[in-house]
Amino acid sequence: MAEKKKGLNLNRVDMPRQDPKERIKNFNEVALGYTEEMAVAEAERCLLCKKPLCVEGCPAEVKIPEFIALIREKKFVEASRKIKETNALPAVCGRVCPQEEQCEEKCVLNKKGAPIAIGRLERFVADYEAAVGAVEKPEIAPSTGKKVAVVGSGPGGLTVAADLAVMGHEVVVFEALHKPGGVLVYGIPEFRLPKVIVEREVEYIKSLGVKFECNVVVGRTVTIDDLMEKEGFDAVFIGVGAGAPIFMGIPGETLKGVYSANEFLTRNNLMKAYLFPEYDTPIKVGKKVAVVGGGNVAMDAVRTALRLGAEEAHIIYRRTRKEMPARAEEIENAEEEGVIFNFLVNPVEIIGDENGWVKGLKCIRMELGEPDESGRRRPVPIPGSEFIMEVDTVIMAIGTRANPVVPMTTPGLETNKWGYIIADEETCKTTKKGVFAGGDIIRGAATVILAVGDGKKAARAIDHYLRTGEW
Amino acid sequence: MYKIIEKRDWHPTICEMWVEAPRVARKHRPGQFVIIRIHEKGERIPLTVVDKKPEEGLIRIIFQKVGKTTWELGTFQPGDYIADVVGPLGQPTHIEKFGTVVGIGGGVGIAPLYPILKGMKEAGNKLITILGARSKGLLILEDEMRAISDELIITTDDGSYGKKGLVTDALKELIDSGVKIDQAVAIGPAIMMKFVVKTLEPYKIPCIASLNAMMLDGTGMCGVCRVTVGDQVKFVCVDGPEFDGYLINFDELMSRLTVYQEEEKIALEKFKKEHPEIFAGVE
Repeated sequence: MAEKKKGLNLNRVDMPRQDPKERIKNFNEVALGYTEEMAVAEAERCLLCKKPLCVEGCPAEVKIPEFIALIREKKFVEASRKIKETNALPAVCGRVCPQEEQCEEKCVLNKKGAPIAIGRLERFVADYEAAVGAVEKPEIAPSTGKKVAVVGSGPGGLTVAADLAVMGHEVVVFEALHKPGGVLVYGIPEFRLPKVIVEREVEYIKSLGVKFECNVVVGRTVTIDDLMEKEGFDAVFIGVGAGAPIFMGIPGETLKGVYSANEFLTRNNLMKAYLFPEYDTPIKVGKKVAVVGGGNVAMDAVRTALRLGAEEAHIIYRRTRKEMPARAEEIENAEEEGVIFNFLVNPVEIIGDENGWVKGLKCIRMELGEPDESGRRRPVPIPGSEFIMEVDTVIMAIGTRANPVVPMTTPGLETNKWGYIIADEETCKTTKKGVFAGGDIIRGAATVILAVGDGKKAARAIDHYLRTGEW
Repeated sequence: MYKIIEKRDWHPTICEMWVEAPRVARKHRPGQFVIIRIHEKGERIPLTVVDKKPEEGLIRIIFQKVGKTTWELGTFQPGDYIADVVGPLGQPTHIEKFGTVVGIGGGVGIAPLYPILKGMKEAGNKLITILGARSKGLLILEDEMRAISDELIITTDDGSYGKKGLVTDALKELIDSGVKIDQAVAIGPAIMMKFVVKTLEPYKIPCIASLNAMMLDGTGMCGVCRVTVGDQVKFVCVDGPEFDGYLINFDELMSRLTVYQEEEKIALEKFKKEHPEIFAGVE
C-alpha cells in the first residue's frame, strides 16, 4: 500500500489519449485524463518531501504535496480546494502549463526520469470537483470599499481578479472580445483546452463576486484615465497580453491563403469556424498547409489545419527539433497525428497565382551557426539552397508583440523599446500610480502560468496599495 | 446585449438602426466604426457608425444587406437585441480647416462619409458633396447631406435621379469647372475609391479614403484586414480605416475581399432556403 519509502516507484502512470487516427477527425480533447484509480496510483508514488522542490518550481505557489496527500486519501474535492487556495485556474493550468519545465522539473523523482505527474493530478482533481458539482467558494474577506479594474480576461487577469475578490475588493474585468478568457478562448484549441473548462473557471471567478464587461476595448471604448477619474476605480491591472501578430516581412504576405496564427486560431476557437455553416464564421484550409514557426502556437495551428481537412500539414522551422520552443508533449502529439516537420528551412517568399491565391512557399535551407543571445545556435541561410514547396495555405506562427493601444492612450505609462509595459518584477507596479501590469504585456509572449504568477504578485501588491495608499 | 430602438428601411436592401451602445456613443468620433455579432453563432463584422446621441446612449448604423449576416440583421426589429457591439474602433478622421473639401460617397459608403463631412463642415470648410448610387431608390442620406453641404451633386448609374453617370464623371466636371479643391474624402466600393484617386491624380488633389476591409477582432490582433499602403503593410482596424488614397493598393484590397466569396455564398444560400419569406419580392 502506501509504504514506498524504500523502493522508489518509477512507473509514472500514463494518461489515456484519443487515438491519433480518430482524433484528427474531431476537435475533442486529445488527453482524456486520469481515472480515480490512476490518480491514486500516481499520487502514491509521491515522496511527500519535507522540503518540496516542486513548489519552488510553481509560479502559482500551488501546495503540491498537500493536494497530492489528499488524493492518496481519495479526498479529491478537498485536493482541488487545496489547489484553489493559491490558484483559481487548476483545470486550465493542469492542462496547458509546461510542468516539465516547472514543478515536474524540480521533482526529486525527475532525477530518475519519472517525476510525479503533477499536472495530470491537478487536472484530475479540478475536473472531479466540477463533475460532482461540489465547487465551493473560499471565504471572502469583508468589503474594503475599493474598486479595481482588470483590463483583459486572460489567465493573468482572471487570477488577479479572483485573488482581489477574495481579499474583499470590488473587481470589474474588461474584455475586448465578446467572451472572457483571452488566449485561453481565442488561442488555445478545443482539443487541448476545451472551452467549457474555461467557462467553468470564469463562472467560478464570477461566483466570487467578480463582474465581467465584454466588448470593451480599453484605450478605445474607455481609457485607463477614464476608469480611474470618471468611473471610480482605485487601481487598475493591465493584462492585455501580447496580441499583435508578427509577419515575416517577406513578399507575398498579403496573398489570399496567408493567415497569422492568431487569425487562423481565433476563427476556429473563438468563432467556431470548424462548425461553419452552422456558425457563421468561415475558415479556409487548403490541401497543403505550411505553418511557419516552432512554438506551441505553431503546433496548435498545424494540428488545427489537419482537423479541418488538410491533406498535408507542414511545420517550417528554421532551426532543429532540439531548439523548438514548443512543449515536447505537443510536438509528439503533432508527430503522431502526421504533421510533417521541415527543419533548418526558412521562408523567403510566398508565391501567388494569377488570382492572388497562394500557390507556393519559396524557402531557403539553413545551418546552425554560433549561439545567439537566446543561447540557441543561430540559423544561417545556405546560399543558393532555395527551393519551392507547393502549398496553398501559409500560417505565420512566429510570435506576437505588444498591442500598442493601451500604452498609446495612457499618459504616464512607460514602455520599453519593444513596446512592453515597464513593470516591477515583484509588485507588477508600472510607472503610473495605481496602475499595475502583468503577463505577456510586460515580458513578451510566454506561458499561461507566468501570467498566473504575475496575477498573484499583482493582487498582493494591489491589496497592499489599496489598504495603505503607499506607492 | 445591445437593444435596437428604432429601425428604418431605406430600401429592401438598405437598413438603418438606432442601437443602445452607451459606451460607444460616448466615445465615437467621425471615421470610427464598430464590430458587431448578431447572435451566439454569428460572425464578427465591421459596421459604420453614422451618428450618435451620447446623452441617450444611442448609435445609428446603416448597412446594406449583402451576405447572410446583414440579411439576418435586417430581420431584427425594434426591441430585439444585437448580441455584441464593440467600439469605437479605428483612428478618428483628421479634421481641420482645409478650405474647400469635396466629399465623394458611393452606395452605403455615404453612411460613414456623413459624420466625417459633418465634422469637416463644422471645422469651417466649404463643402461640396458628390453622392452616387446605382439608382434613385438606393440613394441614402440625401437630405442630411444637403443640410451640411454648400453644394450637393447626385449621380446615378441608370440616370433615374440626378446626373446619369458615375461619381468620377461628376468629380471631373467639378474640377474642370475651375473649382479649387483642397482636400477630397472618398468612401465607397474599393473600385470607386480607386478611380476617384485616379481622377484627382493629375491635379495632385490630396484624398483620404476609408477602407472596408474584412475584419475579425478589430483590435489589431488577427491581421486579416492588412493592406499595403505605400511600402508598408498596415492593419485597417487599428492603423486605419482611413489612409492616403494615393498610397493604397486598391487591387490588393479588392482581391482580399474575395477570400471567403465561396463560403459567403454557401451561408447566404442556406439562409435563403431556411427563410424564403425574407427574400420574397427582392431582386
